[in-house]
Amino acid sequence: MDKLKFATVWLGGCSGCHMSFLDLDEWLIELADRVELVYSPLMDAKKFPEDVDVVLVEGAVANQENEEMAHRLRKASRYVIAFGDCAVTGNVTALRNPLGLALEVLRPVYLENGDANPRLPDEKGIVPVLLDRVLPLHQVIPVDCYLPGCPPDAPRIRAVLQDLLDGKVPQLSVEQRYFG
Amino acid sequence: MSVVTLTIDEKIVSAQEGQTLLDVARENAIDIPTLCHLDGVSEAAACRLCLVEVVGTSRLLPACVTRAAEGMVVHTTTPKLVEYRRMILELFFTERNHVCSVCVANSACELQALAASQGMIHVRLDYLHPHLPVDTSHQQFGIDHNRCILCTRCVRACDEIEGAHTWDVAGRGIHSRVITDLAQPWGEATSCTSCGKCVQACPTGALFRQGSTVAEMQKDREQLAFLVRARKEKQWIS
Amino acid sequence: MDRSELNDLAQRERASWKPARLHCCTASGCLATGAEGVFKAMKQAITDKGLTDRVQAVGVGCLGLCGRGPLVQLAPQGPLFEQVSAEQAPSMVGAAVGESPHAAILDTAHPFFSSQLKIVCETSGEIDSERIEEYLALGGYRALHMALTEMTPAEVVQTISQSGLRGRGGAGYPTGLKWATVAKMPPGPKYVVCNGDEGDPGAFMDRSVMESDPHRVLEGMAIAGYAVGATQGFIYVRAEYPLAVERLRKAINQAKKLGVLGSGVFETPFDFRVDVRIGAGAFVCGEETALMASIEGRRGSPRPRPPYPAEMGLWDRPTLINNVETFANVPTILRKGADWFASIGTEKSKGTKVFSLTGKVRNTGLVEVPMGTSLRHIVEVMGGGVEGGSVKAVQTGGPSGGCIPAEFLDTSVDYESLAQLGSIMGSGGMIVMDQTTNMVEVARFFMEFCMDESCGKCIPCRVGTVQMHRLLSKIAEGKATSTDLALLEQLVPMVSETSLCGLGQTAPNPVKSTLRYFRHEYEERLRPMTSTNGRVPLPLRLA
Repeated sequence: MDKLKFATVWLGGCSGCHMSFLDLDEWLIELADRVELVYSPLMDAKKFPEDVDVVLVEGAVANQENEEMAHRLRKASRYVIAFGDCAVTGNVTALRNPLGLALEVLRPVYLENGDANPRLPDEKGIVPVLLDRVLPLHQVIPVDCYLPGCPPDAPRIRAVLQDLLDGKVPQLSVEQRYFG
Repeated sequence: MSVVTLTIDEKIVSAQEGQTLLDVARENAIDIPTLCHLDGVSEAAACRLCLVEVVGTSRLLPACVTRAAEGMVVHTTTPKLVEYRRMILELFFTERNHVCSVCVANSACELQALAASQGMIHVRLDYLHPHLPVDTSHQQFGIDHNRCILCTRCVRACDEIEGAHTWDVAGRGIHSRVITDLAQPWGEATSCTSCGKCVQACPTGALFRQGSTVAEMQKDREQLAFLVRARKEKQWIS
Repeated sequence: MDRSELNDLAQRERASWKPARLHCCTASGCLATGAEGVFKAMKQAITDKGLTDRVQAVGVGCLGLCGRGPLVQLAPQGPLFEQVSAEQAPSMVGAAVGESPHAAILDTAHPFFSSQLKIVCETSGEIDSERIEEYLALGGYRALHMALTEMTPAEVVQTISQSGLRGRGGAGYPTGLKWATVAKMPPGPKYVVCNGDEGDPGAFMDRSVMESDPHRVLEGMAIAGYAVGATQGFIYVRAEYPLAVERLRKAINQAKKLGVLGSGVFETPFDFRVDVRIGAGAFVCGEETALMASIEGRRGSPRPRPPYPAEMGLWDRPTLINNVETFANVPTILRKGADWFASIGTEKSKGTKVFSLTGKVRNTGLVEVPMGTSLRHIVEVMGGGVEGGSVKAVQTGGPSGGCIPAEFLDTSVDYESLAQLGSIMGSGGMIVMDQTTNMVEVARFFMEFCMDESCGKCIPCRVGTVQMHRLLSKIAEGKATSTDLALLEQLVPMVSETSLCGLGQTAPNPVKSTLRYFRHEYEERLRPMTSTNGRVPLPLRLA
């Protein structure tokens, strides 16, 4: 039996969802028997692989780097899971949207209230350029499954992954569908 | 008062004539979702979540204001209703900035609970992300317009139970806003008695007690129905 | 005032009319193009030429062909001058005494005029809108007098029912049935309300009727009051119609002075007061429950029906609400009889309908035609079609209506036929579009209107219109994919089926009908899916 090629991705989020993933505790050992972790911020892989079965995507799409990554992972993955509220709704990452477009948010922070040498963080190739609007993942790429929660607690994550391992379409109970 | 018999979701139930479908359904443990209904105050029929199908009527009818009638056949969860409810919830979530994770009413919010129970697990439409104020000028309470769903429960509770009519709605369409007195800061609204009924009535985290942080604002919505019932039945007069 | 006094007054008035009358349109349309100056210049010219005993200038109501204003007609049976100026006044006055005029003359044998059948507009353009005597001279208030002295209220209701008159506000509810419902309610305070909150873009029928012939509306209301047992009437007019408000107020005062309104109408025990209420600019107040809330002084937002206004309306009392044009039909129906009225029109739609013909059509203005006239006849024959092009679609019913494509132009204009095509009769706006019109933009325009005019009470209308507008904008700007179009098509039935009042329920109609007939215009604006964008979930290769 082939192991599922499994990846996790961290876009515009606080990494809380990944922390919650680690809360799976000993079940992680069971999971490790069934999947091969091919890409994750929790491991040392630089490039998203060409062929992935299931990917958990944490975070909203907030900058160009996030956007490129989203497209790359979609091309390479069979099953994309929006992992946590930021990926599903924009959540805290999107709190800047009501304040205006990217520049309108950056200006008061970096220019108007900047210290001795105020400048925008615009070092090409180093600091990713902010998108004007933070978007939930499914507004950038098609998403196959939504796993809400801030963060989704370990049992929720396990429920989804267990269903997938059992060859079923993941079903969350009402209690497991709560945002927040 | 005469009794009528009707069918709700294949279940034969009896009701007092004049009782609303919502009432009858709840008495019979049939769950019809609503956000603007609140026991103890008049109906607004504005959230449209309680719409049901009644055989023989082509229009969808709001269960909160439709009276039970003899022989009525009511369906509350047809695929169409399920889809429409989901979409209505999506509209609510896109309208303002409902960020459950950082809300005072997280886990005590009716909108959040409905999204989960109705399977509204993601929003397909664009979020509108309006820029809205939070008014904490009142000594005890605050209003966060980012969380308001314009159900007008506060308006009705304040007017009908407290008799103060501090709250009302101003503006129209997407620019509608609940206001205190003549759109003054709440703290300057002289008609407000600080009774807090609006806070209890509010289904979301829009109205809150100051000092509550994330997920701390528990609400006692039955308190209002209790007050109304006690007053009507003169329970405090021996 | 009794019958003989009424007759005397009418006769005296007619006797005072000069042999030649120069009817100058002083309704909003012609005033906007300078009719007031023309009117003054004509009066001056009559004095200057010493013709005061032979010619008079009269400020009349709408003469119909608004697009060619200012209009002046020499009555009786004289030419109709178009696009006149104050400089031409002496020449037109000369024409009244047989000189040949130097002003462009319209061909009144043209179908625009000859195909019309005027009931509602019977005296519009014939009389001075601001003098009750002129209305009386042409038989005004005769029907009210007849109702009060010769008929029982039940007979009046019966006549209206038999005539087959249906509500002209758009929905087409049988007027007689509505009257009967209110009449049947237990005695006590009842109200009659005239809905003059005409707000559809491109519609100006009711404005014209109120400005041109305010007494006809008042007479219809008074008859209704008698029939249903109401003693108080309200005319709700939008604030954007100041001239209509002014003329209605003037008319009410005149009618009260003569005793045809107020207490003891025509010296009978029937009392009927009418007050004008002015809207504050909200389109939703044309919806009857919102309108009533507004009259009561509350926020103009609708409430669920039932209870219907006929049972529980203004201040919870039985209330009859009809549209301006509906009331304007009533006096004539009473005078000429139900059978006469029922002989006009189609089987289910009786009488005539006033349309405001606008858009890319040669002859714009107001036309009153028998129900059952084909759209083609109205648009291409009467309206003269599109200048240097062809008709692409006709929009009827304003933001609640739909676009009817050119291939259905032979449809007869009646409630059922228009509904079958996915449009509605509506209040009578008829906007002609030519081949250059972008139908997605049309849908977006009307959606923007509904979005701005939503009262905000119910969520599907408040936010659904905003979301539909966003999607339409995305499509119009070429930024949408087929996913967006699919979402739009899900929102359309949802908003129409779940909204609280007519505004939201009909707001998606322009999208619905343009999608039905011009779907390709939507599709050709879609952005192709990128390779990742259109990806459907692949079947999982599972363990």
